[in-house]
Formats: sequence, structure tokens, C-alpha cells
Amino acid sequence: MRRIGEDGMPIEVLLVEDSTGDVRLTQEAFLEENPTVHINVAVDGVEAVAFLQRQGKHADAPRPDLILLDLNLPKMDGREVLALIKEDDSLKLIPTVILTTSDAEADIVKSYQLQANCYLTKPVQLEDFEVLVKSINDFWLKQVKLPQQLQF
Amino acid sequence: MEEAAAHKRYVEVLLVEDNPADARLAKEVFRDVNSSVRLHFASDGLIAMAFLKREGIYADAPRPDLILLDLNMPKMDGRAVLARIKEDDDLKIIPTVVLSSSEADADVLISYRLRANCYLRKPAQWDEFDHIIRCINAFWLSKIRLPRQLEVPA
Repeated sequence: MRRIGEDGMPIEVLLVEDSTGDVRLTQEAFLEENPTVHINVAVDGVEAVAFLQRQGKHADAPRPDLILLDLNLPKMDGREVLALIKEDDSLKLIPTVILTTSDAEADIVKSYQLQANCYLTKPVQLEDFEVLVKSINDFWLKQVKLPQQLQF
Repeated sequence: MEEAAAHKRYVEVLLVEDNPADARLAKEVFRDVNSSVRLHFASDGLIAMAFLKREGIYADAPRPDLILLDLNMPKMDGRAVLARIKEDDDLKIIPTVVLSSSEADADVLISYRLRANCYLRKPAQWDEFDHIIRCINAFWLSKIRLPRQLEVPA
């Protein structure tokens, strides 16, 4: 059974984000904080699902150890992706962190109802965004015990 | 001119923990790092459920904004409590952080299967335990958006 982050194995993060600017910021921030993290990107909900279900060109996609999920996505919205993840026996164990611009109470409550592991609002300022990525790394990738997935 | 808020909104944290020393330390650390936290204690799973369901002496218990849950407890263990919380339509949105001395993969896996929001290993050393409570505060009570329950006006 592969242990996350050991033996030079990368920590696989799936970032579901349609803003190329935010994708780059996130990648750079993680690279600075934790070079063992490998960021996989899906730019809309449909691609996220294909990646997670290893469909088509994603047939060899790694199983993510953590998912960072925006809510407002083209093609299939993040709420639908979240619902799908948490209803799928093979995906629901993957901690799914909502990382979105919305701070609407309705979105927060809905996300927790759909069993999101936690909800973070994306800050507007660059430095604050970097601090947030650092805290995600510190908490989810250093402190938290992630479920060890059985690799098939 | 607006009146200053008469009611300060506390963050209600329920700590479900049977070890009194750990409970005391958590209380001290929270008091040190976050004056908005009101920490409530349940020393076993039955008390935890009574608190959450507002039964008996807990009829006026506040709804927690966050639950910290040990796994190995007498009377009703943390796994059973977790299952009950996450099956309950009313309680399941409360973020529930497992904080357990167990490092066993099986315990981690079952916690996530039962829909724990995350799993943290409770360290044996006090300074590390202090640190992890500070991390919980820094992340869950500062960065994270918690679902605010509908406030019933007083």
C-alpha cells in the first residue's frame, strides 16, 4: 500500500479551477511550500469527473490524496461535482476542500450538507492567497492523517 | 448611530474526550489563543449525544460550530458517535474533527468512511498536543468558513 508522501512519491492534489490565473497562483504557492505536491488540474466539472473516474485521456490518472474544488465552474458546477464525489464509494473518502470566491452562507451550508470536508473562501489579495495555500498545506498535508487508499 | 452588538457571537466547540488531563489542556490552549471559543465537554459518547440532541440536562445546550472527537471512549465510542452525527440530517453539517491517539490505518479509514471531516492524531507529548490545538484553532476557527446555524432571535 502506497504511503502518501513517502519514498519520493508525490502527494497528488486535484485542483478543479477554471481561472488560469488562480491555477498558476496555486501551483506556485504549493511549489514554494511543498515541492512533493503534484498539482493535477481540471478546468471544469466535466473534466474533474473524467479525471476522478479515469475516463478517456485520464485513464492513467493518479488517485488524488486531496481535492481543491471551486464551486463556480463551467460545464458542470462544483456543487454537482461535490455531490458526485461524495456519493461514489470509491471517491468519497478523498478529502474535498471547497476553495471558492463565494462567501454566501447558502453556499457554505450547502457544501457542508453535501459533505465537503471544509470550506475556504479565496482571498482577493495575492499575499493572502499565498498564506491560505500555506495553511492548506500545513493543515491538510502535514497535520491531517489522510486515508491511505488501496491502490489497484 | 447603530447600537453595538449586545450579544457577542461565540464559537461553540464540543470536545468529546474521556481523558480529563487532555480536556484541561485543550481548555487552557483555547483560552490562550481564542477568546471567542466556548468549549463544552462530553466525557463519553452518551453524554456527547445527549448534548447534541439537547436531551435532559442539555435541553439548552448550544449547537456546536465544531466537534472534536476522540475515538476510544467508554459507554459509546467515538466511531458510534461519528456515525450517529453524520446520519442525522440536523447534525451532519457540523464539522467533526477526529482527534485520536490511534495511528492505525484502519481507524483513519473508518473515520473517513463515517464522514469525519478530518482525522488528526492526538500526540502523547503535551507540547505537541498544545501545538495541535493551536493548529485546529488557526485552521478551523480562523481560516475555514463554518456553517452558521440559523440563529433564533432571543
